[in-house]
Amino acid sequence: MNNKKKFDFRQASVPVMFIIICAICIPLSGLSPKMLINEIVTRMGRNSFLILSLLIPIMAGMGLNFGMTLGAMAAEIALILVCDWQIVSVPGMILAAIISVPISVLLGIFCGNILNRAKGREMITSYIMSFFVNGIYQLIVLYLMGKVIPIKHSSIKLPRGYGIRNTVSLLSMRQKLDNMLAINIAGVKIPVLTFIIIAIMCLIIVWFRKTKLGQDMRAVGQDMEVARDAGIEVEKTRIISIVISTVLAGLGMIIYLQNMGNIATYTAHSQIGMFCIAALLVGGASVDKASIGNVFLGVVLFHTMFIVAPRAGAYITGDSMIGEYFRVFVSYAVITVALIMYETNKRKAKSAASMELAAAQDSEDSKKSAD
Amino acid sequence: MDTVNAPLLKLQGIKKDFFGNQVLTDINLELRAGEVLGLCGENGAGKSTLMKILFGAADIAETGGYGGDIFLDGEKVSFSSPFEAIAAGIGMVHQEFSLIPGFDATENILLNREPEKYNFISEIFGKRLNTLDRAEMDKRAKESIEKMGVAIDRHMMINTMPVGHKQFTEIARELSKEQLRLLILDEPTAVLTEKEAEALLDSIRGMSERGISVIFITHRLQEILSVCNTVAVMRDGVLVECEKAENMTVASITKSMVGRSVEGRTNNAARTISEDAPTVLKIDKLWVDMPGETVRNVSLEVKKGEILGIGGLAGQGKLGIPNGIMGLYEAGGNVEFEGKIIPLNNPRACLDSSFAFVSEDRRGVGLLLDESLEWNVAFPAMQIQNKFLKKYLGGLIKWRDEKAIRDVTGKYIDELKIKCTGTKQNARELSGGNQQKVCLAKAFALEPQLLFVSEPTRGIDVGAKALVLDALRKFNAESGVTVVMVSSELEELRATCDRIAIVSGGRISGILPAAASVEDFGTLMLKDVV
Repeated sequence: MNNKKKFDFRQASVPVMFIIICAICIPLSGLSPKMLINEIVTRMGRNSFLILSLLIPIMAGMGLNFGMTLGAMAAEIALILVCDWQIVSVPGMILAAIISVPISVLLGIFCGNILNRAKGREMITSYIMSFFVNGIYQLIVLYLMGKVIPIKHSSIKLPRGYGIRNTVSLLSMRQKLDNMLAINIAGVKIPVLTFIIIAIMCLIIVWFRKTKLGQDMRAVGQDMEVARDAGIEVEKTRIISIVISTVLAGLGMIIYLQNMGNIATYTAHSQIGMFCIAALLVGGASVDKASIGNVFLGVVLFHTMFIVAPRAGAYITGDSMIGEYFRVFVSYAVITVALIMYETNKRKAKSAASMELAAAQDSEDSKKSAD
Repeated sequence: MDTVNAPLLKLQGIKKDFFGNQVLTDINLELRAGEVLGLCGENGAGKSTLMKILFGAADIAETGGYGGDIFLDGEKVSFSSPFEAIAAGIGMVHQEFSLIPGFDATENILLNREPEKYNFISEIFGKRLNTLDRAEMDKRAKESIEKMGVAIDRHMMINTMPVGHKQFTEIARELSKEQLRLLILDEPTAVLTEKEAEALLDSIRGMSERGISVIFITHRLQEILSVCNTVAVMRDGVLVECEKAENMTVASITKSMVGRSVEGRTNNAARTISEDAPTVLKIDKLWVDMPGETVRNVSLEVKKGEILGIGGLAGQGKLGIPNGIMGLYEAGGNVEFEGKIIPLNNPRACLDSSFAFVSEDRRGVGLLLDESLEWNVAFPAMQIQNKFLKKYLGGLIKWRDEKAIRDVTGKYIDELKIKCTGTKQNARELSGGNQQKVCLAKAFALEPQLLFVSEPTRGIDVGAKALVLDALRKFNAESGVTVVMVSSELEELRATCDRIAIVSGGRISGILPAAASVEDFGTLMLKDVV
């Protein structure tokens, strides 16, 4: 049980690197502590739930679920509809959640089935899948909405009469969840209700790990063959894990968008997967291991970097685009580094076995020569 | 023991063939409740196949099922999956561990049979959302470990456990199944230390007293004699002996295992490899990390022009030696060929030093299954030695010399009597024996100075076996190539080789001339079995 004793430097190297980047950029950015903390707290409320949706597929050994974008798209469709029906505030969000769940479940089942055919290549497959489903999403939003799916309000419709505008305003829902029960501590607004929802989600994940299904997922994640031999339905278990992840991503997207206050119809989802995964990895998670702690550390570090990098860049170069470029570049770099580290660790474990063998032989020889 | 009741298990006329290759012939066996049956036999004797049939393994059904009947408690049964066998009370501990590495012993013992606690959420979303009852799990794991009688830490992670404890975890898992009546242990002591093995034998005696029958497969004959009531010996798919243990000795079992009163039989009379032939290959302190075939500290010298056999039981490391030298698995140590150091972990360097290797994994490593025979035979020679190529523009452009390729393939088809429709046939369509001959032809076409042959007769029929071995001998005699042949079949090594090194526990336990007695070889094989 005490296999956590050993501190893993490789695992910690990414968070440490980010702490250093943040430590350098924060003074350069010239942001007041109050502003900075305000921003970080806002972004924690905005993003944490989304990132939590990544944990379960990692537990089931399916790696980083780039397919979480599917859930995000389901949420956007639901929100557009709710927006058109003019159901406002928290009831609107709840309705959107109810509509998004069945869409997410269907997409999750579809995605899970495909990933079962691509065992060992789940990440690249789910990544490409997200592009494919994005195409379907655009078809629905750009052509079917207004033509087949009735859209009444011209404020969200394109002037040509069908299709949805580039931006859909969610003013009626904007930060309604965040502002409920919100408290103000020393000028920092804390969205208590959002945090309560996130906390409940964390508890559900902790509880889920203790269920039979959670245990099965861990078993499947570690060794599919052994799990199958023990009678666990490997395929079904993997599909369920993707379905759960997609549904949670959908709910997370609703929380995210209510905070933003508008939907960038054609782009909001596309970077969500990338940024969430990057944040999780920055928090010290790896392809096969992630905890709730990684989620929160990741949100704080990644978004601190997000906030301060453009300003620090502007301060150094006089051009704010540099910082913007930098943060996108860094999120891709983090994912790449994490994937490379995952592979090298696997290889290292393999050659470690060889080194042991050689060492055993050497000690045997020296024993012999000592005799 | 109660002998009045009907036997717990009865096998009647069990037959099995893999695509016409008979591996089990008319096996009849009876086992009473609480009886311990020791099953021994050389590798490939059919023990594993028999157990697979009994346990309902999927590959038996996939390859056309089996003949004969199995009776459990007098009732005819036929399992189409291991789960049915388990439900009927049969448990099996395999040679390969079936454990989840990141789970502790308790979780593994109760894998997928965890006691659960009901909650209201599972009412809505189904039973899988019941939480695990950790306290009850702990209790049951403790009980089954106590039942086993060997103390292991039930909270220890599998991946931090010594290998012996993993084995005990598996046994405890079987014992935790309440319906268990027959436990099959496939070489359980292979990974155990002497002390652990002793504990296991006690545990088996305990099971027997509790009325659980045990089928115990092992190569350690002493263990069989000390714990079993009955000893069954298999050879070439036939049950050659089934006797009360008290009437058997290690020597008598060994003899029926290797079989055929083969005293002194050797066909190497005409061979003239003198004692002082120069050493051509020198292996010094070789280690190889090949999973399941680990090689430890092997030093070996091969003389020019000889056929050196490497024998030993499965999993002892004999396959690791050629695979390690040829760079297919990570290896360390020194290998010298004709005074020149051969770099390890570099297959190309070996091939450039005119080594050739006929792999035991002929479908995976040995052949391009979906290519023609021509390609299979000529490809390595073309790739490595620029043979069968026509050069144009001073070697700038190289074209395949199709005619030369066809000729050489045709030559080997005739020489090795490869049954095929022509040189253009795909390798996949040939039978196992003929595929093996293509592998040999491929190696011969390289005209190597040193040829490694690994398990050349695995899974091929008797007729093809003789042809393959003859071809090897002939190639050795005619071109003077040095051959290192690895095989699990001692008989075939004795018939083909000049000297035979026996590997046991990853080390060379001894080198004997082929004419040495079967018993001597047997002793070496079992010397430091791990």
